[in-house]
Parts: sequence; structure tokens; C-alpha cells
Amino acid sequence: MGIASPLGIGVEHVWKRMLNAESGIAAIQNFDVSALPAKIAGQVPQGSKTEGKLDIGEWIPLKDQKKMDRFIQLALVAATEAVEDSGWMPGEDEEEARCATGVMIGSGIGGLESIYEAAQVVAAGRARRLSPFFIPSALINLASGHVSIKYGFKGPNHAVVTACATGVHALGDAARLIALGDADVMVAGGAEGAVNDIGLAGFCAARALSTGYNDTPVLASRPWDEDRDGFVMGEGAGVVVLEEYEHAKARGAKIYAEVIGYGMSGDAHHITAPSDTGDGAFRSMRAALRSARVEPEGVQYVNAHGTSTPLGDDLELGAVERLWGDAGSKLAMSSTKSAIGHLLGAAGAVEGIFSILAIRDQVAPPTLNLHKPSRESIIDRVPREAQQRPIEVALSNSFGFGGTNASIVFRGAP
Amino acid sequence: MSETAEKVKKIVVEHLGVEESKVTNEASFIDDLGADSLDTVELVMAFEEAFGVEIPDDAAEKITTVNDAIKYIEAQQGEADKA
Repeated sequence: MGIASPLGIGVEHVWKRMLNAESGIAAIQNFDVSALPAKIAGQVPQGSKTEGKLDIGEWIPLKDQKKMDRFIQLALVAATEAVEDSGWMPGEDEEEARCATGVMIGSGIGGLESIYEAAQVVAAGRARRLSPFFIPSALINLASGHVSIKYGFKGPNHAVVTACATGVHALGDAARLIALGDADVMVAGGAEGAVNDIGLAGFCAARALSTGYNDTPVLASRPWDEDRDGFVMGEGAGVVVLEEYEHAKARGAKIYAEVIGYGMSGDAHHITAPSDTGDGAFRSMRAALRSARVEPEGVQYVNAHGTSTPLGDDLELGAVERLWGDAGSKLAMSSTKSAIGHLLGAAGAVEGIFSILAIRDQVAPPTLNLHKPSRESIIDRVPREAQQRPIEVALSNSFGFGGTNASIVFRGAP
Repeated sequence: MSETAEKVKKIVVEHLGVEESKVTNEASFIDDLGADSLDTVELVMAFEEAFGVEIPDDAAEKITTVNDAIKYIEAQQGEADKA
């Protein structure tokens, strides 16, 4: 597994900070936000690898950096950690193994920064001066492309684009490709690098972002709290190596968890708003539990989509309450977006990793800033402090614009 | 080494991320300096910017070595001086 996030680089480093209830949200300093109502974000901290921070030069040679948008760079960082962690790096003489290894890393938005820069060149009447690397830098599937080129993975090469549900769809679809026999190993995840002028302005225009905590950024992402006022944009990437069980066992791979269920649904309701009843979320989770052959009471932890928007948080809560019924009283559900913000297309992959670590370490990560819930519930939303508790099975939700919903279910290593 | 040659080599070093010692006159961008076809397109654009010359696509295709670039640019500059 590999993570690049506002809490830093590296799975163990990020997880430790997450359990310590630290926040990665801060004021934006690398571009001018004076004209915008939202002035904060979760950005990957700059610094050396040894400090758990990102110096892109340590990962990607200078001459290659200009060939890839930031989301691809972040994908490569997370994928490098994940592939090295997995130990699955078939050499040039292992053609069959390489052909059985695929990549499916998606993004919600893709190379927004590259498109923005190219548009400025064209608008200035300098279209002939456009970089030949513009298109391959902006294309979403080039994250998968670059990872496959770096490691020689010649299996299915695919990319998911389902807005903020991208990460979960990538993990779920990749697991299914393995189940269907298309690959033995899939490098899967999501990446996003859209914290820039037009990304921020766009979500501001959609009235989706928190604007009331510009002076106290760490308090801004507060899922389910009465005083929440929108989500906080984040950037980063999460990548996992999924592998057919017998294949992993045979080579003595380190197994963190098993993907046991995956469900999807569509709202068919509105381009940005969730359905009024939370019905899409409900059906997505129900489908995931069905495919896992697990009853709601068999799940001990839910990593919520929980973006800290006024509407979405309580609708998701309501859907979980309906599905779990009385079993909800034994459930822990938290939103790790409270610490890192909303990583959009990377969210589901990073949160999937947190769900797996919750099982490994038997601990539910906290929901920061949850002081006074806007609605009471029998479900423990793990306010402000991590909780040690038995977790055998965990479910992670991601919902996206367009009314697309995805849920994935993990169980501890068999 | 002429001023043009020096400038060309500097651009090649920057864009292809190669060591200066490898950028000899005879060095081929693709065979010796690890460039691909897109790298060479970008390289030609960088020459155009730096020297204020136009390099049409059919001429650009023939610029495959460091020396090709120096010769082409010097010829263009010569034309400009005459004009």
C-alpha cells in the first residue's frame, strides 16, 4: 500500500498522524486565493522523504516531471511505495508474470493544472508553442500508463473516472478483474492534484467548500458537526496492490486484508446533490454487503464518505442507520476527511487503506472537530479521538457528483 | 566553441537531463541522449524560442544531432544578418 496525502508521504507515517488526531489542513500559500471565499486546503507537505514529506525530485527525474501533471506525480509516489511494499516486481525475463499484472489508477479531474496552463498559451496566440507533453500530461489514464511503464506491468491498463467515487470504483473494479481471471495482480487506486486556481474556484462556484474557517483551517473539516459548512479540498494519492489469494500465498506475500465485497449504485437524481433520502448510498452499501455475504451486524467499522457538507453527512448517516438497524449501536463510523480533507478521486483509495489499517490495528480512526453532532445517532462516530475496538470487517463509502456511489468491504488477512 | 553551439548544448542538457560531457557535436538526440520523438519536438521548440528562429516541421525532422541543430541555427542567423 502507498499514500501521498496532506498528512504526508508513506502509509505508516500518515496513519500514525491520523491516529494522533493531527490535521493536514492549512492555508493555501502556493497561489493567490485573495479573490476566492475558500482559502484553505489539504496539500501534500513539501520536504524530504525522511521527514515523511514530498520533494518530487527525490521520486521523479526533472526531465520527466514536465511530462506529467501533479496528479500523475502523486500517483507515481504512492504506487512506488505500494509496489515496493508488495515485493511484486517481476523482471524483464518474467514476461508471463508481467503480463498478468495490471494497473487501474483513476482520477476525478485529471490534469487540470496542465489544461489551465495550455489554455493560457493558446489564448495568448501561441498555439504552436504548446508543449508536446500537454495531452499526455493531462490524460487521466496516464497515471496507470506511467506506473506500467516504470515497472513493466503489461496486464490490463485501465483508469476509472467517477468523480469522488473514483478510488473505491478503482479498487472494486480491479478486484473484479482479478476474480474474472484478467489478471493475477492489479495495482489499483486513485490520485488527485487539483488544488489550484481553477480547481478551487470551480468548487467555490458550486458552493461546495467550507468558507467559514479560513483563519482556523484545522477546524474546517468537521463531518456531522452542527457547525460544518462544506468540504475542504485535498490532494494526494492512494494505491494498493491487489492479488489473487493463492498467487499471493504461493509467493509468501505480506497480506493486509481481503477484498470481500463491492457494491455500486446511481442516484438518478441531481448532478451535484445527493438524493433526498440517501437511497443511493443505502443501495450501494447493501449491494456491497450482499456481495460480501455479510450481514450488517458483521461489520464493525465504516469509513464514511462524510465530506463535512451540510446535506450529505446526515443523509449518509441515515442510510447507515436504516441498513444497520439495531446493530448500529455496535458500529463505529468515522470520517477521516476531517483530518485530510476531501481528496476527490483519491479519497476512496486512501480511505480504503485507512479501513484496512483499522482492521490490522483494531482501531477506529477519529472524526476530528466533531463536538456537537447536528443529529444524534446510536452510531458511534468516533469523535476527536481514535478508539481501540475489535474490527474484523470494515466498509468504506465514496459518493461522487453525477450521483455515483460505491462501497467496498474488507476483512482481515485470512 | 561558438556562442550558438554553447547555447544549443545548454538547452539540450536542460531539456534531456543529460550530463554536459555527453552532449558532443556528434551526439544523436534519440540514439545517444535518450530522447524520444516528443522530446525532440520540445527541443526544437526550445531552440526556436531561444534563438528567435522558425524551424518548419520538414527541417525539424532532419535535425537529429547536436551538430545538425547548431548548423541549422547558424545558417538561419546568417540569413538574418544578410537581410
